[in-house]
Amino acid sequence: MLLKDEVEMLRRVPLFSGVAPAKLKLLAFTSERVSYKAGQTLFRQGDPADAAYVILTGAADILADSPSGEIKVAEIEHDSIVGEIAILCDVSRTATVRANTPLEALRINKDHFLKLLSDYPEMTIEIMRVLADRLSQTTTELSEARSKQKQAR
Amino acid sequence: MEKSLTRYIWSNTRLQQIWILVVVAISMVPYFLSFDLPKQIVNGPIQGVGFENPGATQTFMRLQYDLPFIGDVVFFEGLQLNRFQMLMALSLVFLLLVVINGLFKLYINTYKGRLGERMLRRIRFELIDRVLRFPPSQFKRVKSAEIATMIKDEVEPMGGFTGDAFVQPALLGGQALTALIFIIMQNFWLGMIAAAIVAIQGVVIPRMRRRLLELGRQRQLTARELSGRVGEIVDGIGTIHSNDTSNYERADIAARLGLIFSIRYDLYQWKFLVKFINNFLAQVTPFLFYSIGGLLALQGRLDIGQLVAVINAYKDLPGPLKELIDWDQARQDVQVKYAQVVEQFNVDQLVDPKIQAVVPASVGRLEHSLHATNLTISDDTGAPLLRHVNLEIHPGETVAIVGTSGSGAEAIAEALARLVWPDQGRITIDGRDLLELPESVTGRRIAYASSDTYFFHGTLRDNLLYGLKHAPLTQVQYEGKQAALQKWNINEARRAGNPEFDLNSDWVDYGSAGVSGPAEIFKAVRPVLDAVLISQDIQDMALRSNVNTDTHADIVDRIVELRQALRKRLKKEDLDDLVVPFRLKDYNPQATIGENLLFGSMKRPFMTNRKLAAHPYFRSVLRENDLYIDLYMMGLEIAANAVELFQDLPPDHPFFQQLTFMTADDIPAYQLMLQKLQGRGIEAASAEERSNIIRLSFSYIEPRHRFGLLNDELMAKIVDARGRFHDGMPDDLKDVIERYDPNRFIASASLIDNVLFGRIGYSQADGPERIRLILRDIFDKLNLFDSVLSIGLDFDVGSGGKRLTNVQRQKLNVARALLKKSDYLIFNRPLPALDQRIQDRITRNILEYLGTEGYSLTVIWVLSNAELAESFDRVIVFENGALVEDGTYDTLLQKDGAFKQLAS
Repeated sequence: MLLKDEVEMLRRVPLFSGVAPAKLKLLAFTSERVSYKAGQTLFRQGDPADAAYVILTGAADILADSPSGEIKVAEIEHDSIVGEIAILCDVSRTATVRANTPLEALRINKDHFLKLLSDYPEMTIEIMRVLADRLSQTTTELSEARSKQKQAR
Repeated sequence: MEKSLTRYIWSNTRLQQIWILVVVAISMVPYFLSFDLPKQIVNGPIQGVGFENPGATQTFMRLQYDLPFIGDVVFFEGLQLNRFQMLMALSLVFLLLVVINGLFKLYINTYKGRLGERMLRRIRFELIDRVLRFPPSQFKRVKSAEIATMIKDEVEPMGGFTGDAFVQPALLGGQALTALIFIIMQNFWLGMIAAAIVAIQGVVIPRMRRRLLELGRQRQLTARELSGRVGEIVDGIGTIHSNDTSNYERADIAARLGLIFSIRYDLYQWKFLVKFINNFLAQVTPFLFYSIGGLLALQGRLDIGQLVAVINAYKDLPGPLKELIDWDQARQDVQVKYAQVVEQFNVDQLVDPKIQAVVPASVGRLEHSLHATNLTISDDTGAPLLRHVNLEIHPGETVAIVGTSGSGAEAIAEALARLVWPDQGRITIDGRDLLELPESVTGRRIAYASSDTYFFHGTLRDNLLYGLKHAPLTQVQYEGKQAALQKWNINEARRAGNPEFDLNSDWVDYGSAGVSGPAEIFKAVRPVLDAVLISQDIQDMALRSNVNTDTHADIVDRIVELRQALRKRLKKEDLDDLVVPFRLKDYNPQATIGENLLFGSMKRPFMTNRKLAAHPYFRSVLRENDLYIDLYMMGLEIAANAVELFQDLPPDHPFFQQLTFMTADDIPAYQLMLQKLQGRGIEAASAEERSNIIRLSFSYIEPRHRFGLLNDELMAKIVDARGRFHDGMPDDLKDVIERYDPNRFIASASLIDNVLFGRIGYSQADGPERIRLILRDIFDKLNLFDSVLSIGLDFDVGSGGKRLTNVQRQKLNVARALLKKSDYLIFNRPLPALDQRIQDRITRNILEYLGTEGYSLTVIWVLSNAELAESFDRVIVFENGALVEDGTYDTLLQKDGAFKQLAS
């Protein structure tokens, strides 16, 4: 796959939809193109965070460690970004991400990612939107879980 | 050491000095004969005295002596020679004397030179020997560069002086005295005048030179300090850069150089003033002779013949006298230098040589307890580090010492390792003071490692085995010339008071590492390297290095097997695309276009990219099929892409790291080139522009750069060019380019390139990491891991081990201590550069490794993490220089005291 195809794919990712194509090309060029087989791990919970991943094709499971083993928390599909939280807050990975189909991703180095955010405020706003979305979703899920817990008592 | 240089020289070279004096005395005979001969030649055959009658002859070489008791003896009747024959004969005798005098001079100078060099060798060795025996506290005061300057430069003139120390004054003094006596014999008063002037010279000049000597001493001191400062700048360069103090250092150096200049200039002025006065005094004597002697002659009290003879004789006086005064100057100068150096090396509490005596045999084990009795140690300021500590450590115990830094925990470890000497109290083992035990016992049976690592310049192997090199253990057999040379070496060493140890002998004591010989050394080394978690690093060093094909033949011979094992393994794990192998008939998309064309490895530095690009044969290969036009067009595209991507970025933007084929500074130049050349053919470009553009395409890797510039046709063309390049390669290139051959080891490529024989795919997630692990496994399975470690151990650690990381240095330092298999193992917070998790893991690994060692040894470990004390038999807690708690982990934890606080 070539740079220009990657640019096309990046444009479909909501996070990058507002960014000019020339900048996306630069982003693609400076990122590593990596492919994973089904079952291969992108990163593990607890690892130090050094990159974010944009899933170009394929899908992956997000797994969290628990006393009873790994539990699947969510699934991500192509055109989404994963691993950006650990980069933003400078913490170790909060979950494990494992490909469940053959997967192609762009690996964006931590420094490059932060540089992009400071160079393109529109991306920062988009990131905030995505994060806020996830937060509201998590809040909803939490309150649902709480109410279920109450009913169960 | 002897305070007076003259006495030092005399006591060490007495016999040689007497011998050379005798030789000098004998050499005087032909010397004076050759003075007399010209007179004989001129008077005899040339002016004809004794040859008044034609056909007259004279006796030549009649040897007749009037010996006491025996009477007149004629040894040789002599030859009867005519005038011409006599001229020739006497001239030949003159020539003979010239040769004899020359030979004497040659012999005397060589002898004196050799004497001086031996002396220099002796002094230097003695000084270094002293450094090796300095008490530890001395090293806090001295700068290494200053010591080096003293040993290297300051003692150097002493060698030159040694040969002249006694011969010169005897010779010159004799000459001067003869001339003076001759003058006195001619006329007492004129003689007295000459003697008086000589006396004034002898008194005034040395007095004036006293200041010269003082200046010389200052010059020596300032020069030494300068070299000390230069050493500091080199060692502390990181600190200088990180504090922006380079200009402070410049100022300091400039001030020092200014001081040195003023001293030297002063010295220079004085030297010439003294010279002037000296010359003046020498010249004033003839003035006195002419004026006073003339007056006496006018008054008739002196006859003119005597006056002329005196003036004539005086010509021979100033020469030797001047040289004698110069010699005295040199003597004082060297004496001052010597005294200066000796002062620095005369240190109290020097270690007794007996303690460092060489012991080739293995020493017995230390099987007794270590006792510290009333141990008090203070630092340089006198602040106590340890106060009245009493402690017994039993053999076989594992002891954890805990305490905050400065609590005394480190101090006790250093004292047990003999690195600091107690102020009061003592450490004993079996009733003997630790400080009185020979180093052959403490240095072998006690191992010590702290965070303060030191590595010598050399290979990793040298440094790792350093702790085993106590004595020359093998007798090297020399043959032929080598044997003669070795004998000469030993004799010379003996004459200069140097030891006769053979550096070529194998010094490594394999026995004490628990193995039988060099072949087995990895049996001992590997578990140790594994325990400190560094074998992976060493594997990486080996993989990145070029293998010496002579010393590591096993890897070289089995490279094909290794390559096949890797392929098989990758196939089995369904990782085929992790490595794309090189095949002669295929284009390798994961390698650059340049690599694909070359399909081989260059022997650097004989061949480089630049040299190859300029080679006419390589150019001719590219010109066929117009491949170079394709590459030019491609380079133009690459330039256009790069300029489009990067032109708006500031030059320091982190994205430029990704731009491998040009730098940020190149962008404007390529921008200009593009404006001129884009859309036009190759004819539009100058030769330089062409090569700048084609260069870009050589670095292009499609999966990495993804510009979409490679197609099947071009790849086929490149593979075709590769074939032609190798088929008709001229001999000069064959010598410097090794073609990739799946069945052969490529000596000019790194080990990893040899094993992979291909490139790791760019889009493979964590490719290099996975390959590393797979390779380790394969090396293990093929029993080649030891060989790989051996290649890694060839790594040159650089000055002070600086080519290793701090973490690696600390790990290796621990490994080195473990390898000694000592009875007492002392670790003094040895791994602070590592993060806590790894430190804990290594500590546990080591305890586990020691458990498998099969003999009981004592471990004394100053821990950074008190929780780890759980793994030890006994825990000792220090606080403010005192031992506060001592017991097992559990009891101390229940006690709710100092330990509990530290552990929580």
